[in-house]
Amino acid sequence: MKVGKAVLVPDNGRQLEALIEVEDLAAGYGDQVILEHVSFRVRRGEVLAILGGSGCGKSTLLKHLIGLLPPLAGRIRLAGDDFTAATGEARLRLLRQFGVLFQAGALFGSMSLLENVRLPLEEFTGLPREAADLVALMKLELVGLKPFAHHLPAEVSGGMQKRAALARAMALDPAILFLDEPSAGLDPVTSAALDALVRRLAEVLGITFVVVTHELPSIFAVADRVLFLDRTAKGVIAEGDPRTLRDACPDPRVRRFFRREADNGDPTTPTAAGTPRERP
Amino acid sequence: MGRQMQETAAAASWQVREGVAFLAGRLDAAGAAALWPVLRLPPPPAAGAALQVDASGVTYCDGAGLALLLQLQRLAAAAGCGLRITGLAEGAARLLAPFDPAGYAEVGEPPPRPVKLPAQVGEAAHAIGRDLVALLAYVGELTAMLARALRNPRRIRWRDVTLVAETAGTDALPIVLLVGFLLGLILAFQAAIPMRMFGADLFVASLVGISIVRELGPLMTAIVLTGRSGSAFAAEIGTMTVNEEVDALATMGLEPVWFLAVPRVLAGTVVTPLLTIFANLAGLAGGLVVMLVLGFPFVTYVNQIKEFVGWGDLAGGLAKAVAFGFLVSAIGCLRGLQTGRGPSAVGAATTRAVVSGIVLITVADGLFAVLFHCLGW
Repeated sequence: MKVGKAVLVPDNGRQLEALIEVEDLAAGYGDQVILEHVSFRVRRGEVLAILGGSGCGKSTLLKHLIGLLPPLAGRIRLAGDDFTAATGEARLRLLRQFGVLFQAGALFGSMSLLENVRLPLEEFTGLPREAADLVALMKLELVGLKPFAHHLPAEVSGGMQKRAALARAMALDPAILFLDEPSAGLDPVTSAALDALVRRLAEVLGITFVVVTHELPSIFAVADRVLFLDRTAKGVIAEGDPRTLRDACPDPRVRRFFRREADNGDPTTPTAAGTPRERP
Repeated sequence: MGRQMQETAAAASWQVREGVAFLAGRLDAAGAAALWPVLRLPPPPAAGAALQVDASGVTYCDGAGLALLLQLQRLAAAAGCGLRITGLAEGAARLLAPFDPAGYAEVGEPPPRPVKLPAQVGEAAHAIGRDLVALLAYVGELTAMLARALRNPRRIRWRDVTLVAETAGTDALPIVLLVGFLLGLILAFQAAIPMRMFGADLFVASLVGISIVRELGPLMTAIVLTGRSGSAFAAEIGTMTVNEEVDALATMGLEPVWFLAVPRVLAGTVVTPLLTIFANLAGLAGGLVVMLVLGFPFVTYVNQIKEFVGWGDLAGGLAKAVAFGFLVSAIGCLRGLQTGRGPSAVGAATTRAVVSGIVLITVADGLFAVLFHCLGW
């Protein structure tokens, strides 16, 4: 089974596939283990949010999922293909199947927004220049930035940069999009628009999203399922529907996180383990 | 019977039968790339009638496929006829609907602005003028800050000064010694060949001594400092400017020039003459090697140097080094503070610091030459 692209003409039989499978993953840097025994699956077209207090390993997990860091142990599969063990051409082929929205956008500063989005199309497809331009412009229109196509990243706001980075991540119609703090630094209106876009892309295109975020409104707006990490537990302490976890999770750390309750000195609270960025 | 056309890609196809176009197969990047160059619309069936494209055979459609469908709409609009796409799967139709072909009349980069030489010359002159004004303002502010530092030396951030002095001075010593030694060696060797023809090879020592101590020692040290430390100052302060750390200083009531430039300028001004002394010694050692090879004893070389190179030459060279150190450090900090937005701005600031530093050193060296001539030094 191979990782397909986003399916615009859906094949309903593929909707229940586990597109990402993480098996007994241990993640960290050198001798420092941040996460261990982490296992979960993400279905095609699902929006999974990874949550937890600061320092719990969300970004570390994301870096392992996108192949920037090798796992200390365990395995990551993308639609059945072992991403952890893949090398050379096989790894390149898997890398092209997902897009990443980095927290700060990571747009190339010397290129216009259009050139940023067009770059992967030029490098990885045989599309003629006019077609690549058209695809890039359509992606920019999807995120509401077509009028700014010829602006440099430094000439637009941070929120616009983030949306342009999302357009670039979608350029090759990947089956999976990893979003690192997509709402950070955005105003509520722009943030809500981005959330709506994520939902629309997941439902219409069948794109699978893995979103690392702290923003509670964003979590409830986009996530089908959440994965709650904890620093002291070095792993997943809760998994499921965000509303169910908020209302009925037996773990007080999770309930406090969703209710934005301040640290009361309990070392197992998320605020004691790290510090959530939201103001109480 | 209508005109027959058929273009087939590996997995996508475009056919025209009886005035109706049929689009089928996988409309992904490969399919779109194959069909794009051969996409031709048939003539409309009747005046004012819309062309029909039957897309019921499309099995897959991604962003590139949507662009292909939009391209069909653009071609129809350019031909002045309507286009009706039928049979397209609901998901793809929903995604295509928001894209208005009228908004895609112009695709690609905008045409480059026409080059107007007078305007460019004017803009460049204006930029130079602005830069000179900024330079004057900066010199004024820096002078005031240095005067304040002299009045209140305890307010100077000595920890920063010593840190900068270490990186700009101590760490630069090996390269200054190496360049100085090679400079003296090359100078002596190149001079020895023609001078020996006239039996004047003994005077190679005095030539090397005067050249190194008065001119090349301070100049070479300043150029090394420009490339090594002036650029580092610009990059460091430039990154702080991009990261809004300089704004943070300003809003905390801390003057960026005092906080960032004064320690660097003080350190640069102090270490440059010290490095110049080492460069002079290394240069003279390089000249000595050549003289020994030519058969002159060590004592002869030293005596020649003592006879021709006076304390005035050394003092003049070190005075130049002080001025060069001040200029290089000050311009490096200024270019850092002038950094624009974006990551490429730091690179531009660094380049400007090095270019400005070398220009200023050269101009100052010329002024010193005139000054020393007038003083009869």
